[in-house]
Amino acid sequence: MNLIIVGLNHKTAPIEVREKLYFPPERIGPALKKLLTGYDVNEGVIISTCNRVEAVGVADEIEKGTWEIKRFFSEYHGIPLEGLDEYLYVHSGEDAVRHAFRVASSLDSMVMGEPQILGQVKDAYSRAVHNDTAGVVMNKLFHKTFSVAKRIRTETKIGAAAVSISFAAVELAKKIFGDLTGKSSMLIGAGEMAELAARHLLSSGVREIILTNRTYEKAVDMAREFNGTAIMFREFPHFLKNVDIVIASTASPKFIIRPDEVHDVMKERKQRPMFFIDISVPRNIDPLVNNISNAYVYDVDDLQGVIAANLKERTKEAQRAEAIIEEEIETFYRWIRSLDVVPTIIALRNSLEEIRKSELEKAATQLEGLSDRDKKTLDAMTRAIINKIIHNPITHLKKESDKIEGDLFLDAVRRLFDLPAVEKEELKKARGGGSEE
Amino acid sequence: MESISYILFYMTAGGYLAATLVFIAYLVTHRDAFVTVARNILFAGFAAHTLTIIIRWVEAGGIPATTFHDSLMLFAWLTAAVYVVVYLKYKLSVLGAFVSPFALFLVIAASLFSREIAPLTPILRSWWFPVHVMLAIMGNAFFALAFLTGIMYLIQEHYLKSRKVGGLYFLLPSLEVLDELNYRCLTYGFPLLTLGIITGALWSEAAIGTYWLWEPRQIWSLITWFLYAALLHGRLTSGWRGRRAALFSAGAFGVLIGSFLILNLTLGGGHGLVE
Repeated sequence: MNLIIVGLNHKTAPIEVREKLYFPPERIGPALKKLLTGYDVNEGVIISTCNRVEAVGVADEIEKGTWEIKRFFSEYHGIPLEGLDEYLYVHSGEDAVRHAFRVASSLDSMVMGEPQILGQVKDAYSRAVHNDTAGVVMNKLFHKTFSVAKRIRTETKIGAAAVSISFAAVELAKKIFGDLTGKSSMLIGAGEMAELAARHLLSSGVREIILTNRTYEKAVDMAREFNGTAIMFREFPHFLKNVDIVIASTASPKFIIRPDEVHDVMKERKQRPMFFIDISVPRNIDPLVNNISNAYVYDVDDLQGVIAANLKERTKEAQRAEAIIEEEIETFYRWIRSLDVVPTIIALRNSLEEIRKSELEKAATQLEGLSDRDKKTLDAMTRAIINKIIHNPITHLKKESDKIEGDLFLDAVRRLFDLPAVEKEELKKARGGGSEE
Repeated sequence: MESISYILFYMTAGGYLAATLVFIAYLVTHRDAFVTVARNILFAGFAAHTLTIIIRWVEAGGIPATTFHDSLMLFAWLTAAVYVVVYLKYKLSVLGAFVSPFALFLVIAASLFSREIAPLTPILRSWWFPVHVMLAIMGNAFFALAFLTGIMYLIQEHYLKSRKVGGLYFLLPSLEVLDELNYRCLTYGFPLLTLGIITGALWSEAAIGTYWLWEPRQIWSLITWFLYAALLHGRLTSGWRGRRAALFSAGAFGVLIGSFLILNLTLGGGHGLVE
């Protein structure tokens, strides 16, 4: 029994190949069933996003299992394997565990640290659970994967820095104003990016938003949508003095906010800082406004520069995340070992000991007049029988449990001897209580 | 006692040095683990420093401020103390990266001067002495923090104005927080300095019958007082803030520490009164 991951991603395959292998969400269920029924694979999870397609499987032999998953990809999508093979990577055993941890922690993503991938992996796993293709091995692997991803997110700053224009703008606003609660903003014009930035500002605590547009009706519509105030376009300069953050996104061919204007506005607002976000091309805000004290102007290029710096900062964090992953792989295997083998062996011993005791008592009532020495001999004999019988099973259990598939042995022992299941509480304790369901 | 205070002095200096080095490691690597360690080392250095001050106090039989060495140590100690208070309120560890080298600088400067305890002249036996000294140096400590937060503001502002973020940008807090801290330090430092000057005058009157001697130290403390008064006035009424306020508080502190060093080097510890 071995864990195998076969797949491709943005690094190994161009979009033309990735799109051919893509599984639409609604077809993953049937595909999983096909994988388990038509191929020699015991458990399966399919992760399919625009940047990666991966099948996680459990098979008896690594080589055979790998071949089976590849054959599944090729036959399911009707692509000859010769054209596909060169794009596919294969991970097995510990390497596969590492890969799963890295993917879910967004270390393998195109934009490192982006938060969506964890949700996508969770969806992939729950689809497998739903279709009954995730067994003991998958359950363990994925629960651990989620807790590792969570740990990396909280302990490193890998997801901290903004990597989209709108988030970068919000982050800059926070570096200028600190807490955004109670700050006010103005959105001049419209546009997807500008509206997104405004939305992020509002969700970060910005109290008020004023909307203006050359077409007043449009401003009114947006005011309703943003729960803000609409003003006439020609009026907006008069409102600047009460606004901390200005987002400009109009089609105006010339500057609509000029340094002399801002200079006066700054005087009126007693030099309280102002942040101008210019998401228009051609630019709407004269870059010279940036030279005024306490006024900060960022255009699209500047924001791109901030994003580049953030990404650079992330690569530093990635090294720490990799170290955490190595640590977690070790605890993962240790956990698997400690969690099931010991309790199973104890449960097995207890169950046999109970049988032995009750049978011994029965015998004692039938055989009257046993001397103490006879009783001792009987006791030792029954004990020896049990120890001899369970010696080999215990040795094998211990040996097999070092492997991820050792679960299957434990599962079998528990069923054969009708041992009580491991308590949920114990499971949680062993898992550190940190993983999501 | 003498050897204990010697050991404590080196523990203090070593603490500030180690804190400075670990803070530098933090500024370079951006790893949060370093900042926690550095902060704790700084706290430990401050604890050793506190013991140093207490022992010197016992040794001298009064506030240890009669020599330049002791004045510098007191200045460094109160600066670290103000940092501890600011940290407890604002949880701003990174400020320690600026406080540690500053405290280290003062302690090293102190080490260059004789630790010999000057005998207390009759005038110094007055209870005005500790009150006046503590108020004046605590004022200096707040101004030191205002200076350091001002420097941090200027660094962060440079990143934001140049639109090239990176390095310390990620570690420093927002301009708003730095500006507010700078302002708060002034609002504590200024009354303390004022009270320091007033108690000095009262002490002078009680000791030699005149409030004001126009001796160099008094003149320079008055100049410093006017500078900070102008800064506070500008902040409160004319919307001085941010860069301008940070630059001004750096300049005022330059005058403060410059006069503090030069006057002590030329006149020795204390005022002309000591001799």
